[in-house]
Amino acid sequence: MDTLLLSRIQFGANISFHILFPTITIALGWVLLFFKLRFQITRDRKWMDLYMFWVKVFALSFALGVVSGITMSFQFGTNWPGFMETVGNVAGPLLAYEVLTAFFLEAVFLGIMLFGASRVPVWVHTLATFLVAFGTTMSAFWIIVLNSWMHTPAGYELRDGIVFATDWWAIIFNPSMPYRLVHMLLASGLTVAFLIAGVSAYRHLKGERDASVASGLRFGLILGALLMPVQIIAGDMHGLNTLEHQPQKVAAMEANWETRGNVPLVLFALPDQTLRENRYEISIPSMASVILKHDPAGVVPGLNDFVAADGTALHPPVAPVFWSFRVMIGTGVAMLAASWLGVALIWRRGADALPRPYLMLLTAMTFAGWLATLAGWYTTEIGRQPWLVQGVLTTKAAVGDIASGMVLSSLLAYMAIYVALLAAYIGAIFHLARKGSGFQPAVTPALQPAE
Amino acid sequence: MFTAEALPLIFAALMGLSILLYVVLDGFDLGVGLLFPFADVDERDRMVASIGPFWDANETWLVLAIGILLVAFPAAHGTILTALYLPVAVMLIGLILRGVAFEFRAKAPVAHKRPWDVAFWAGSLMTALSQGFMLGMYVMGLRWGWAEVAFATLTAGALAVAYSFIGAAWTILKTDGDLQRKAVSWARGGIWGVVLGMGAVSMATPLVSPRIFDKWFRFPEIVTLAPLPLMSGLLVVLLWLSLRRLPTRDDSFAWFPFAGAVVLMVLGFFGMAYSFYPYIVPEKLTIWEAASSTESLSIILVGTLFVLPVILGYTVLSYFIFRGKATRLSYD
Repeated sequence: MDTLLLSRIQFGANISFHILFPTITIALGWVLLFFKLRFQITRDRKWMDLYMFWVKVFALSFALGVVSGITMSFQFGTNWPGFMETVGNVAGPLLAYEVLTAFFLEAVFLGIMLFGASRVPVWVHTLATFLVAFGTTMSAFWIIVLNSWMHTPAGYELRDGIVFATDWWAIIFNPSMPYRLVHMLLASGLTVAFLIAGVSAYRHLKGERDASVASGLRFGLILGALLMPVQIIAGDMHGLNTLEHQPQKVAAMEANWETRGNVPLVLFALPDQTLRENRYEISIPSMASVILKHDPAGVVPGLNDFVAADGTALHPPVAPVFWSFRVMIGTGVAMLAASWLGVALIWRRGADALPRPYLMLLTAMTFAGWLATLAGWYTTEIGRQPWLVQGVLTTKAAVGDIASGMVLSSLLAYMAIYVALLAAYIGAIFHLARKGSGFQPAVTPALQPAE
Repeated sequence: MFTAEALPLIFAALMGLSILLYVVLDGFDLGVGLLFPFADVDERDRMVASIGPFWDANETWLVLAIGILLVAFPAAHGTILTALYLPVAVMLIGLILRGVAFEFRAKAPVAHKRPWDVAFWAGSLMTALSQGFMLGMYVMGLRWGWAEVAFATLTAGALAVAYSFIGAAWTILKTDGDLQRKAVSWARGGIWGVVLGMGAVSMATPLVSPRIFDKWFRFPEIVTLAPLPLMSGLLVVLLWLSLRRLPTRDDSFAWFPFAGAVVLMVLGFFGMAYSFYPYIVPEKLTIWEAASSTESLSIILVGTLFVLPVILGYTVLSYFIFRGKATRLSYD
């Protein structure tokens, strides 16, 4: 295999592993702040129990996010030197601001948030919790800004093939940034909602009847039920934005080969890029036009418009984009159904008396948010190919001149570590959940309710 | 606001500051990890507790240093990192292992604690050795040959010993009783490695490059620079004397080995910086040749000048909040 392919697999593996953990920490930071404030207002011990339980998951997720993020930042240099050499003038400041405004904030105040409760006044500890949540979100902001700019570059000019920034406002608020940011933040919220609901359901199934378990279950399900419809609307708007700026990606998502009106919505198909058609297609007539153009006759661009004169495709590989998009949508629908069903059940029976099969379903869906996020990520990132920076830099042009054997060895080492750590992470979360019942965190003077 | 002449220099200084802070700060927590095999189970918990609130922020200085290299000197960054592909990969795997072992050892089932302790030690060792190896390769001009690799292997060992020395010094500062006594004996062993390592790098650097040789040994520089090696030598003697007397009954001077180690590292760092200036890729690319566009550098600098003092401020605050002897690590 060549260096380009291996480097792509390595970066893909790396970012897939990395994204799992920020997806949890972004929203979980705010959830922890919520638990903490609820405790301070109500003085109800269960909120502190929830905080103490989930702060451990936060610390673990944060550590995994940091170490895999460091690995990514190094790979720009080791595997993709062409990226910084071409677009460094734009990407550089964005990454620098991420480290300066967010990364340090999270890292320093995490120490105080985790270990400082007995050493600082309550308000400082609450402030530290807020700053960690804020820093995590700021991190996400800068990274999404850069990623969006790579999809829809703006505010730059090319001089001798090198990108120079001309308008920082246009760079930061590039056309797809607001949609991508909202979509990602909501994805994080949903991932955390199902994580909390799933783990609480598991604790309930294991016979733990602590008040904090029922509250966690209720909290997770209500959060999921509230965010899911918002996510559907945000996702739809993001899709329309993509249609405007990256029509070839949407064409691949829909496996639509010809530019035409009355485009059917393909439910199932095996897109075949050599024949340039779908095999075994099952579709709803005109539905894609309705979704994308809000008009059955709406003309939607097809993949055949994106072929170079010599026959090479200027659109992404169709099958992976088509399928990952369907996995994302399918998971989202399942999450919508599960969370609404859960809220209805809680409404009628209370969070203490949910039926066993439903609790088992929730446990199985603990990491549903990860599945949807990864699938969505593949849709958008594979959908950008063959470009690394849309219209500016191809992925091929950015790869470094390194022996493929070296990339292969580092790739195998990373993969082994990622698989082991993922297993350890999931194992540790369920271990914490099992330990939950016998585990009563000591209430320290600083956190004790004022009498 | 800033000229095209000054900006690359400012960023080189900022990158230097970040590397220095990284080597000192992550140095001590890596060192604590390296000393793990010499400590028993309870002592390990206390050692981990002493670095718990800090290691994450310490590691961030590496991210900032590599970030500055990435954004301010893109041309050098590709050259350096592709030349060091394998040691970088080893370091990253080490950092991953270490960072996660730290969290997992406290959260995994008790039976799994020992494997995570081993992972913490192995990760620290991989990180320290690969950083030392990269330092050696950099000193040798990033060329892969037998002599270069042999020298880099030597610096790899030396940096690992230096980190364990500063780790031991940190443990002397942050603990008491038996563990503190143990740490003093670790530091007594480690100091020889430090002397050997700093000596080797100081000898090799001018021998590899006639330009650097000339910078150090021509008149009058040889006189004005003399305080650097003299102070280092004096400091080593003072450290040795203090380690013979520590720990004291009232715990006075427990801070001295750590402070001394820090100053030693600062001196070594300035020696290196003086040698390699104005090159960022040794003998190939100067900081001006490798720098980004003036506009982009200005944009980053404006933010940096506001943000960096704040970061330094809350970093100091966090060390102040967690001052004193480390006890047990808990989320209280």
